[in-house]
Amino acid sequence: MEKLLEVNNMHVSFDTYGGEVKAVRGVTFDLKKGETLAIVGESGSGKSVTTKALMQLIPKPPGRIKEGEILFEGRDLTKMSEKQMQKIRGKEMAMIFQDPMTSLNPTMKVGNQIMEGLIKHQKMDRAQARKRVVELLELVGIPDPESRLKQYPHQFSGGMRQRVVVAIALACNPKLLIADEPTTALDVTIQAQILELMKDIQKKTDSATIFITHDLGVVANVADRVAVMYAGKIVEIGTVDDIFYNPKHPYTWGLLGSMPSLDSADEELYAIPGSPPDLLDPPKGDAFAPRNEYAMQIDLEQEPPMFKVSETHYAATWLLHENAPNMEPPASIKKRMEGMAKSSSSSEKGDRI
Amino acid sequence: MTRYILQRLGYMIITMFLIATFTFFLMKFLPGTPLSAADKLSEEQQAVVLEKYGLDDPVPVQYFNYIVNLTQGDLGISFQFDNREVTTIIMERIGPSMTIGVQAMIVGTILGMLLGLVSAIYHNGFLDYGSTFIAVLGKSIPSFVFAGILQYYVGVKLGWFPVALWGTWQHTVMPTIALAIFPLAIAARFMRTEMLEVLGSDYITTARAKGVNKFGVVFKHGLRNALIPLVTVLGPLAIGLVTGTLVIENIFAVPGIGEQFVKAINTNDFPIIMGTTLLIAFLFIFIILVIDLLYGVIDPRIRLAEGE
Repeated sequence: MEKLLEVNNMHVSFDTYGGEVKAVRGVTFDLKKGETLAIVGESGSGKSVTTKALMQLIPKPPGRIKEGEILFEGRDLTKMSEKQMQKIRGKEMAMIFQDPMTSLNPTMKVGNQIMEGLIKHQKMDRAQARKRVVELLELVGIPDPESRLKQYPHQFSGGMRQRVVVAIALACNPKLLIADEPTTALDVTIQAQILELMKDIQKKTDSATIFITHDLGVVANVADRVAVMYAGKIVEIGTVDDIFYNPKHPYTWGLLGSMPSLDSADEELYAIPGSPPDLLDPPKGDAFAPRNEYAMQIDLEQEPPMFKVSETHYAATWLLHENAPNMEPPASIKKRMEGMAKSSSSSEKGDRI
Repeated sequence: MTRYILQRLGYMIITMFLIATFTFFLMKFLPGTPLSAADKLSEEQQAVVLEKYGLDDPVPVQYFNYIVNLTQGDLGISFQFDNREVTTIIMERIGPSMTIGVQAMIVGTILGMLLGLVSAIYHNGFLDYGSTFIAVLGKSIPSFVFAGILQYYVGVKLGWFPVALWGTWQHTVMPTIALAIFPLAIAARFMRTEMLEVLGSDYITTARAKGVNKFGVVFKHGLRNALIPLVTVLGPLAIGLVTGTLVIENIFAVPGIGEQFVKAINTNDFPIIMGTTLLIAFLFIFIILVIDLLYGVIDPRIRLAEGE
């Protein structure tokens, strides 16, 4: 399949009074047309910064893309002017934000907020745009769209607002949809509805999606491929099956182990010890080494390169080096993985939230 | 909505009545009588004058008479300017005060907002420092200093506008500028802070993600949200301008209400004091009502539902 997006060795830094915070430290991945890539990692791992950088939405200053390229259909976005980016944003790539309570303009009618992109990018007049807004609101499942579009955000519930945010993102049929933790701020039943909606829409529109989340349950549900981020780097990337059934990086093991599941009531929930490193002064070697019980001497001295596990699966850990001892994930996590394999084979993928 | 306004007007009348009552009794506690200056009069003559103005009646009777007259729109007769009605005097004087006050308000807030916007857009740039400097100057230097500078340089040296007195629109220019400096500074400072906060909010990122350009982000998405807190400070500011132009009126010899007010207090001219106080109170309440309605126009979240 054709590549839509190619990110090569992207570095993003923020210049603060305390010094340069290296939020993203060399991220490389690609995305094919119609594909869904999930980016997972704990808070502060650089997920949101990565995607904001893709759309050039990092506030500059203090932020800047220090190095690397972002090839979107072959054009390098890092070299584009703000004017050129304005033509791409909302039209060819769009973003769904985390918190529907704050991401809509409180003093603007919902219909106008959706229309804005249509009028700007599709050169529609207000009547045409209005028609399209009604379609969009129907698509995202908002009942009575004709009268709803005249209302303000505060007249919508959280879940309905997130549907509006989705409608804004979809307005111009973007080729790339970036969803930055779209369900984090919603309660569980609404989360399921929004996820269902997003999957639905993806089927209908066939746009590629980057899905940021820290919820691995969501990942199994929506993604084709998964990138695990830690301390501003991708530490493991592969298909959903690669990551869930054959994880190689100890951090991924930890993430999977700390995911609660219904049938593991007797087990203790695993917690990764320690906290993420200070990105003002990232550690030498593997950033995860201080929290890693499998760390070796080399982890403290040298950064591991991306080792190839299979055609689709790569991981950055010295454990994959030919001289490293053969390490297995801890027993409790293995058991968890087996449980997951069972549950996903017994029920169709997508029924679990 | 109509019902809400009617309700508010009803409250206004009650408030005005309470203020009238309070001011009336407060004045009765003031030492001295309107006659203390006219000490050449004999006791009989004083008694005649007191009787003429009804000041020899017991206080409750005086109060009752005053309120009855008030409900008929009669504010009484000035002690100072013999036989002239307070209403006429205030009407003559209110014009110049309002002209300067309203002009200063409009010029000050609009320029101040623009200055604040420029500051926010070019945050931490040269223009930001420049306009912040102007705002600090305007806030910390009293208006009569500006008035003096204007009179000397613009009035005397350049001769562009008349130095003082009242008559044509040219006479209003310098008092307006001197008076506008303060609201300008306040508006600029507020606008800058609010706009910066708004520009950092999530919905601005949403707007940018739609491909909206900088102009659209600031004016279409930012301005209205930044205005909400600004309106809060503009209310009290407006009242201060319309009524508290005393210093400026004196410096530019403008025949306004502030000057009159002070004269009345010095001579215990009760009807004028009462009349002016009621006028200021009315303006105050009225502006608060206007601002409350303005909130609804700017912020849909506090707009009153129809038929509520």
